[in-house]
Amino acid sequence: MASDRIFGLVTLITAVAYLAAATQIQTNFFSGEYLPKLFPMLIGGVAAICSLVMIFKPDPEPEWPASQSWLNMGLAVVVLAIYAVLLKPLGFILPTAIAAGILSYQISPRAKPAMMAGIGLSLGLYVLFKFALGLGNIVAYRIPTPAKLWEAIAILIPFVGP
Amino acid sequence: MDILANLALGFSVALSPYTLMLAISGCFLGTIIGALPGLGPSNGVAILIPITFTLGLDATSALVLMTSVYYGAMYGGRISSILLNIPGDEPALMTTLDGYPMAKQGRAGDALVLSGVASFVGALLATFGLMLLAPTLARVAFLFGPAEYFALYLLAFCTLGGMASNNQAKSAIAACIGLGIAMIGVDSSSGLPRLTGGNLHLYDGIDFLVAIVGLFAIAEVFFFIESHGKGSSIGVKLDKVRIPWADIWSTKWTMLRSSGVGFIAGILPGAGASLGSFLAYMTEKSVAGKDGGFGTGVPKGIAAPEAGNNAAAGGALVPMLTLGVPGSGTTAVLLALLMTLNITPGPTLFTDRPEVVWGLIASLLIANVVLLLMNVPMVKIFVKVLMVPAWILLPGVTMISFVGIFSLSGSYFDLLLMIGFGVMGYILRKLDIPTVPVILGILLGGNMEDALRRAMTLSDGDPTYLFSSPIAIGLWVAAIAGFVAPMFLRNILRKPQAITD
Repeated sequence: MASDRIFGLVTLITAVAYLAAATQIQTNFFSGEYLPKLFPMLIGGVAAICSLVMIFKPDPEPEWPASQSWLNMGLAVVVLAIYAVLLKPLGFILPTAIAAGILSYQISPRAKPAMMAGIGLSLGLYVLFKFALGLGNIVAYRIPTPAKLWEAIAILIPFVGP
Repeated sequence: MDILANLALGFSVALSPYTLMLAISGCFLGTIIGALPGLGPSNGVAILIPITFTLGLDATSALVLMTSVYYGAMYGGRISSILLNIPGDEPALMTTLDGYPMAKQGRAGDALVLSGVASFVGALLATFGLMLLAPTLARVAFLFGPAEYFALYLLAFCTLGGMASNNQAKSAIAACIGLGIAMIGVDSSSGLPRLTGGNLHLYDGIDFLVAIVGLFAIAEVFFFIESHGKGSSIGVKLDKVRIPWADIWSTKWTMLRSSGVGFIAGILPGAGASLGSFLAYMTEKSVAGKDGGFGTGVPKGIAAPEAGNNAAAGGALVPMLTLGVPGSGTTAVLLALLMTLNITPGPTLFTDRPEVVWGLIASLLIANVVLLLMNVPMVKIFVKVLMVPAWILLPGVTMISFVGIFSLSGSYFDLLLMIGFGVMGYILRKLDIPTVPVILGILLGGNMEDALRRAMTLSDGDPTYLFSSPIAIGLWVAAIAGFVAPMFLRNILRKPQAITD
């Protein structure tokens, strides 16, 4: 019940914001005055109506995981985000080994197999991508300068990164 | 005898040793992907698209490879349905209803072979149907103007929404999310950015591959973290595999009927394979009557959904190729592949690029035969794949997704966006909001808006133009019926629930 209502409220606010943004879409002579706005406004309108339906006619509550699982999933998101920004400056092997190891540990919490899975996946996929698929330029490993490393991490910190 | 000449052209493309090699490796890879718990046709094909793209294959080769993976995954999906009671994707749910009970009776081998043969029959008949029907529909599609196309896209969203969810509002929201995302980026007619919030990374729009991989593959990781990979071990022993001739012979009419039902369901834009396997199973259940024993592990209960499912997969290619409107989640992913390869599906595809279309059809036929040969004697090898534990599989899938998306643009932004889509996919699925309409919205949003704009330009802004031709009116009526009817039929056509131990 409550989940559907909250989600409906979030989509309703998003839809209204979307509608507001759609009215502000810049137009020029080539596009005509209202054509670039028409379809986004239709979408926003339909979404707003459906959000109201969700708020007033919610489905039964889904089975949400325990707070421990939420923590784990939040951690997974953080790990993946750090992995995403470090993939370029640090190359493939080291970040992959660490990220895959952590994910593996989260799915099945046993330290040794998780470590082995991380290292094995990293090296195995490196060989697969570099030699079998010819993606060597993407999975090459690099040794970054501290400045580059900071630059990459800064992307994830609000108001500091670009 | 147009078809034979075209088919000869197709086979001349598809039978070169190189393409044949691609087809066979695609089938093998696809079956493994389909068999792995947590990976189905949609996310399997989605992860492979960026990688195929980077490999630099030409359009025909890439298409042959990916369609064999697609068909292979449809075959492979039944393995985890039958042995683990875990459907790889939505349409495979029906196979678990009788497949798992039969496997528990110690007839796992029979169930696997029987479902393999049923898949073959369904897919083969559907490919013939595709050959006969698609060129005709392509000619009809020339009559479609912008008003008709707009109504057609609407029909796809409505029927998909009607079938995919238990709550119409939720599927409509999903479609709106997708369409809304598709609007982001530089507007094609004015050249000015729309709804980007000033973020330069968004000027190109959001790549649909990022959304697909995020929603399908990354979201899966969160589900496995939540469940700690439980329920992915084999509970059923597989003994000697023999061919159950008697069962195959006794289900011949079931297979034929289900193929027909599945194919027709597949053609409906947006309805797709789930509807195909569902209707096939329900039809056979009512034909067999109360004494049929459906749900207890009868051969007909396995043959019907598998034939229906695979026939629908073939049928879904008809609207995808002729109109550019996919009929299911996986065909939406295939449409993404075509768009990545710069092939525009639609009526002109059949006249402009016959070698692509008929090469595809020929490779479907080849893939089918290869899959049957591969799946009956080698089924034990694929069963071994199920032993791969989730704590190796899921991190591996994640890392492959990252490399694939990273290879598209080499930017961290797409990767972060993909994680965001993963989180969104998790929440949407938890709330029982279908994710396929989101994908379809992102894929078709641009075209749908284009159709609306052209209609408005042609009619000088008169909305009644959208209902001005008989075809358009028919499509609108079908769209509204497809959206509204499931609300009333829900109590009658209740989906059978999966069996729990």
